[in-house]
Amino acid sequence: MANTFDVIVLGGGPAGYVCAIRSAQLGLSTAVVEKEKLGGVCVNVGCIPSKALLHSAYVANLVKHDAESLGISVKDMSLNFGTAIKHSRQVAEQNSKGVEFLMKKNKVTVLKGEGKLLAPRKVQVAKDTYTASKALVIATGTRVKGLPQVGLELDKTTVISSDEALFLQDTPASLAIVGAGAVGMEFADIYSAFGSKVTVIEVLPRVLPMEDPESSAAIAKVYQKRGIDLFTSAKVKGAKVSAKGVSLEIEAEGKSQQLQAEKVLMAAGRALNVENVGLDAAGVKLDERGFIKVDNNLRTTADGVYAIGDVAGPPMLAHKGSREGIVVAEVIAGKRPHAIKYDNVPSVTYCHPEVASIGLNEDQCKEKKLDYVVGKFSLSNNGRARAAKETDGFVKIIRDKKYGEILGAHIVASHASELIHELTVARENEYTVEEIDLAVHAHPTLSEAVAEAALDSLGRMLHA
Amino acid sequence: MATKVFMEALSPTMEEGKVVSWEKNEGDAVKTGDVLAEVETDKAVMELQARGDGVLRKVLAAEGATVEVGKLVAVIAAPDEDITELLGEAGDGKRGSQHETADEPVAAKRTPAAAPAERPREPSRAPTPAPATTPAPAPGGGGITVAERVKASPLARRIAAERGIDLTIIRGTGPAGRIIQRDVEAAERAPRAAPAPVYAADGYEDVGLSQMRKTIAKRLVESIGPIPHFFLTAEVDMERTADARQALNALGEEPKISFNDIILKIVAMALTRHRACNAWWQGDHIRYFNEVHIGMAVAIDEGLITPVIRNAHQKSLREIGREARELAERARARKLTPEEYTGATFSVSNLGMLDIDQFTAVINPPEAGILAIGAITEKPVAHEGSVVVRKRMRITMSCDHRVIDGATGARFLQSVSQMLENPLAIVW
Repeated sequence: MANTFDVIVLGGGPAGYVCAIRSAQLGLSTAVVEKEKLGGVCVNVGCIPSKALLHSAYVANLVKHDAESLGISVKDMSLNFGTAIKHSRQVAEQNSKGVEFLMKKNKVTVLKGEGKLLAPRKVQVAKDTYTASKALVIATGTRVKGLPQVGLELDKTTVISSDEALFLQDTPASLAIVGAGAVGMEFADIYSAFGSKVTVIEVLPRVLPMEDPESSAAIAKVYQKRGIDLFTSAKVKGAKVSAKGVSLEIEAEGKSQQLQAEKVLMAAGRALNVENVGLDAAGVKLDERGFIKVDNNLRTTADGVYAIGDVAGPPMLAHKGSREGIVVAEVIAGKRPHAIKYDNVPSVTYCHPEVASIGLNEDQCKEKKLDYVVGKFSLSNNGRARAAKETDGFVKIIRDKKYGEILGAHIVASHASELIHELTVARENEYTVEEIDLAVHAHPTLSEAVAEAALDSLGRMLHA
Repeated sequence: MATKVFMEALSPTMEEGKVVSWEKNEGDAVKTGDVLAEVETDKAVMELQARGDGVLRKVLAAEGATVEVGKLVAVIAAPDEDITELLGEAGDGKRGSQHETADEPVAAKRTPAAAPAERPREPSRAPTPAPATTPAPAPGGGGITVAERVKASPLARRIAAERGIDLTIIRGTGPAGRIIQRDVEAAERAPRAAPAPVYAADGYEDVGLSQMRKTIAKRLVESIGPIPHFFLTAEVDMERTADARQALNALGEEPKISFNDIILKIVAMALTRHRACNAWWQGDHIRYFNEVHIGMAVAIDEGLITPVIRNAHQKSLREIGREARELAERARARKLTPEEYTGATFSVSNLGMLDIDQFTAVINPPEAGILAIGAITEKPVAHEGSVVVRKRMRITMSCDHRVIDGATGARFLQSVSQMLENPLAIVW
């Protein structure tokens, strides 16, 4: 029966397509339903193209600020944002094509169109109805959202989201960004490097509010040095949008003030794609926060229906969604996968320097009244960082006092996104700070800072 | 580097294992974690996994052979490696925990008795450098991995060393059976040496024996045998349960609900209300459980096994049905792992499908009760003033009198009967 598959996955983003590949690997006939391009937000209008633009921004800052002192003089430097965008589109396109290839390679059928559930394991795509004999997996993800309640409805020209910010051909003279989470801080880096006057507005008391307070402080200092204005504990009370730009009324730390910007980028939260999926028809219920209600095995309230990725709850991260996709495929195939450790999912912001973390931050350790010790090593003491003139940042490890368990780790560094995985592996395998130190670290590397932070937590740092 | 493959203790009580089949042949390349053979233990058919990479050079136990735990059954080595010396050892008889090979990794030398002797490393700001735990490099490149090496995470080792817990008696629940933090902490909470199912800290309450209870226990054992049983039988009207089942199944959802699923669900519900029947006789005390783990007797070719539906009181009818079916299938395929058939707090045995009207089931100690379910039969009964034909079922509870007294058991049985006669109770 051509319209029957063992597994049907709704949504071809990083959760859905990985789930499809793993299902196919396990011998299940699999289809993935996608209305737009394969790879979802991540590949097309998220993680991937923004990383390309951040690299352009990094090179721009390198040439502007450090090239001269490294022995390279660049005359008549000019910035062409359109070209940077073009590069980012090519990268996104390559990755989406890559996912298409992976679907073919694994014999996963791609159903083009919007999927709507008619019953727990019945889905309509365009005019056709398909049946999943074993399981249906909802991986429909999220989309951008505005703040209509204060007059900031997304209009795609003046009030924009990341969907537009990834396609502008030129930078606005001034850009206000609402939200200082990963998305807001990354676009602040990009647009500031390409010449926009950037202001970031965050309702919580610090930028990157989910990170360790020391990480937030370090990144705020770097941004302010670059001329980016940061308003924290700041609320947007109202907005007037005209053809020329936006006038924002902000209340920061009790004081009201006006802010003018050519464009405003909304980077505060995302809306779940759960309205048009046919959840009611399938008997899939939402939890009190609006996510799809799932159990430990990511089963929804409907028999044979699973949910993964952003719709299944936080953290809304591509790599968390992919892991859920793998686990669900294995559950469907009757295997007993290892449970996901949701407290061991790394969090990364790819601004420059990068911010990465795993586990608890120091505020959380205090709240939980844990008996902990902090080890910290500054990159200004690291030879490799000095060589690259990238000494902003540190590695901070929080360990349990008695047993040395790594409770959390926080890195601000030019390659924090790569460095964090040593600590992710360590935590996944229950290594303590001593195992980190006992593993020989190559010299000279930024990774030495990780070992030094571990040593510092033991009171025997070597290089500071 | 050669890897000796030993018959491993694949269940906590296993002393020998029968090689059912070799999944790899001599000459096959194998990787760590590959299934080498299926081994029948005293409880189930389990997988014997490779603990090293290379080529399966020699198989020393034929299919069908029964081999003591600790005996060499195969050798994995590089294709051109000389293994004659290793093969010479094969005739040495039982090896198990006594390994003397000079160049084996340090970590592998941890024999059961020596396990806690590893000096706990002090993670706090100690003046002396911590002793290394990394295995010493094998001289001459001939290190041998030993099968009974305790697999445990560094954090688990440290906590175990600090708290004096023997890692060799703990069952790991991490990747490939590795002992991780939660296993050590669970072992500490449940100090019984059994490899045992883990109960939440507040999952039960131990109650000391009163003098009267001691006397009852002593005298009853003298009069009847190790477990002083008594039996309670009730006949239940199953009309409404049959209607409910039919209505649920008319919804067309898979899997279909069986009578047994409904009985298990109702027994679980009744046990939460009658904790006195959800208990273990522990010799010097009685353990009353707040969690309900129902053992479900399943007939298999070689006999009988009782897989356990854990936390049945928290599960929906459909979840119980799905789990019961899955456990029964796994039981018949002899694929149950030890934690799947140990730790029940109460059991149910159903011979209804074999047309048995009524029977008494034998208690599975330390549980204090078991419920025997007979067939549902149509018979004439007096109902609302006239004689009509109705579906009836006889259930018999065997009680350990040291734990459950007559009236206590009767009240439990009454709850079960009432709920079966009005199965809407399930939605409470």
